[in-house]
Amino acid sequence: MIIGMGAVTFIPRMLPFIMFRGKELPPFLQGVLKNVPYATLGALIFPAVLYIQEDIWYGVIGALAAFIIAFLGANVIVVVMGAIAILSAYSLFF
Amino acid sequence: MENILSINRGTEFKKGLQAGISIAIGYVPIALTFGLLAKTTGLSIGETVMMSMIVFAGASQYMSLSLIALGTGIIEIILTTFIVNIRHFLMSASLNEKVELDRVFNRVIYSFGITDETFSVAATQSGKLTTGYMYGLNLISYASWVIGSGIGFIIGAGLPETLQQSMSIALYAMFIGLLVPSMKQGVKIVFLAGLAACFNTVFTMTGWLSSGWAIVVATLLSAVLVELIEGMKKKGQVTDGE
Repeated sequence: MIIGMGAVTFIPRMLPFIMFRGKELPPFLQGVLKNVPYATLGALIFPAVLYIQEDIWYGVIGALAAFIIAFLGANVIVVVMGAIAILSAYSLFF
Repeated sequence: MENILSINRGTEFKKGLQAGISIAIGYVPIALTFGLLAKTTGLSIGETVMMSMIVFAGASQYMSLSLIALGTGIIEIILTTFIVNIRHFLMSASLNEKVELDRVFNRVIYSFGITDETFSVAATQSGKLTTGYMYGLNLISYASWVIGSGIGFIIGAGLPETLQQSMSIALYAMFIGLLVPSMKQGVKIVFLAGLAACFNTVFTMTGWLSSGWAIVVATLLSAVLVELIEGMKKKGQVTDGE
């Protein structure tokens, strides 16, 4: 079972690198693929971030904190640590 | 930018390792919990670590545990895993446009390590991605995941409750930390992320699509729509082949 799970996980990850290797895709498709990372990030964050704990405020506060810290221009690690710190403070008080 | 070529593989590898630190931190609570849950589900330590080593996909590993607990058949578990991870096809296709040309062997090896997180970090980097970088980034993430799962199983506990709770934000904070600087660069990126977030929220809330497909469809819809709108805006102007 584990090997089967590994195979069906690996194949979609690997195929594009072989199929499209060194190939020039049509410009429209290239444009779409360039858009994918940002669209993916949006979809990965919402709505999942709201459900990280039963208390929905947890996700809201954490996401807001991360957003503000990132907006101020901080490095990703600082954003991660900052969000964790703020949520630790939040759970201490509530 | 051109002198990137002169930097040797070792430095690129190190750069990848550094870029993966946030991922490695973010994986700790999830990996520990996975190890713990695997134990309570009745897996052996060997099976637990092997699953993390061979599958290396958080969401589907969690899902497989609840399916095992329900007594679901092997084929169904494998099929569910496939559906949950099909989104990586899209991510790999996107990354393929960004990585330097290299031997098939190298690409196949590092493609194994493409997760939501490693993809997000790699794809938001500026410029071409080197093979060394991809190896470094994926390796540190992989190590954190596999070792974390093992430790979770052995100590039979996650982190202290409060820390565990607050660390559950880590990967989302990372996604936000990667997205926000790009959003500052232009409205297009704000639209891309916003649209996909809305689509995904609608799909999952209404239960129209399972979460695996929801992310794929939301991402594609948003990426295609924005590209179409941009194409329409460019019409009339002279395209400069950008």
